[in-house]
Amino acid sequence: MTIFAACAALLMGLGLFGLITNPQPLRKIVAFNILGSGVFLLFGIVARRGAAAGVGADPVPQALVITGIVVAFAATAMAVALLLRLFADRGDTRLDHESAAGTEPARDDCRPP
Amino acid sequence: MTSALAFDLALAALVLAIATLTIAAREAMSAVISFIAYGLLLSLAWVRLRAPDVALTEAAIGAGVTGLLLLGAAATIGDRQAGAAPPLALMLAAGLACALVASGLAATTLVLLPEPAPTLAPPAMASLATTGLGNPVTAVLFVYRALDTLLEKVVLVLALLGVWSLAPDRVWGGVARLGPDAPPRAMLVFLAQLLPPVGMVIAIYMFWTGADHPGGAFQGGAILAAMWLIVLTARLADMPATSHPGLRLLVLAGPMLFAAIGFAGWALADAFLAYPEGYAKPLIILAEAGLTLSIAATLACLVAGPATRTPPP
Repeated sequence: MTIFAACAALLMGLGLFGLITNPQPLRKIVAFNILGSGVFLLFGIVARRGAAAGVGADPVPQALVITGIVVAFAATAMAVALLLRLFADRGDTRLDHESAAGTEPARDDCRPP
Repeated sequence: MTSALAFDLALAALVLAIATLTIAAREAMSAVISFIAYGLLLSLAWVRLRAPDVALTEAAIGAGVTGLLLLGAAATIGDRQAGAAPPLALMLAAGLACALVASGLAATTLVLLPEPAPTLAPPAMASLATTGLGNPVTAVLFVYRALDTLLEKVVLVLALLGVWSLAPDRVWGGVARLGPDAPPRAMLVFLAQLLPPVGMVIAIYMFWTGADHPGGAFQGGAILAAMWLIVLTARLADMPATSHPGLRLLVLAGPMLFAAIGFAGWALADAFLAYPEGYAKPLIILAEAGLTLSIAATLACLVAGPATRTPPP
């Protein structure tokens, strides 16, 4: 259990590092998922420590993590969809664009019908 | 050193190594592939933590469905024009900060967690008999904290609304496209014909057994979604248009059924989402059946993304 507690802490550190340093948004999303899974693993430690009454792990944190994994997926899907739309409109996924007036590419779906 | 300890050490080291590979990989595609391996190994760690329900969810949703979503994005975007890496000094500073955060968290989890550990397992087990269920995790999800589960389904539907609303105007209400434009390979088509019957049986078993054993609506729904997605990727069937009323009904049916059971609780058992005495298990199975189908449809639609083609006439 202590092994996985250390593992969870390191995973959170790793995910945070990738989130900060990687310039690609897709890689940031992946890093954020690693950070999140580290947090979930911490819940696993808390659940395992709460083993009592004949169950191997406290069921309440387990249920929270199951909900968390599904919500994390929903957020990831939303982030990926936003990223793909940005890519379709601009042809790249840079986040450091200078939003000067003239650099905006023409968008075909904002015209009035 | 016992063999269990050696296994745990090796597993934790492997998980950390693959997570490092995922962060450090040069190409987006290799990062995503390592992320899928990472998720599968992490589900083994969940088994070691005596949480098989979470392990199944992590493998099916955390690694499987999320992995497929990220694979599609990495294939589309690749590594094109992503911007420059930050300067070395910033990398070192970020590394130091993250190392500090990690050691702080490690110190907290290893030393500062209260002893004896607080637990809700005894009350959860004490009331288990009144629910008719055998799996305490399912009891938490559908009895003690049913409102969380209902709201989580609403979050899934809201995420789908967000994703669908990213479709450009000219293809509004159109069809989402999954996979590359090239015709699918014979192997993929063969797998897409072979796997779904088996996968559907496993999904139904997993939903059914969830009442008493590890499993449940989430895991069953994720497997069902995977079966639908493999059929779509192999082009054996087309995704229905996002404006298709049947698809929208399928996405909403589970949460609406669950909410209806919840409101019926006011009339029959004097609280929202309370079950009348003796009817808890059949009502939970009914709600789970609807939710399994809705979760499968919603997950598959979230992976397929917004519409990219105009709807068929």
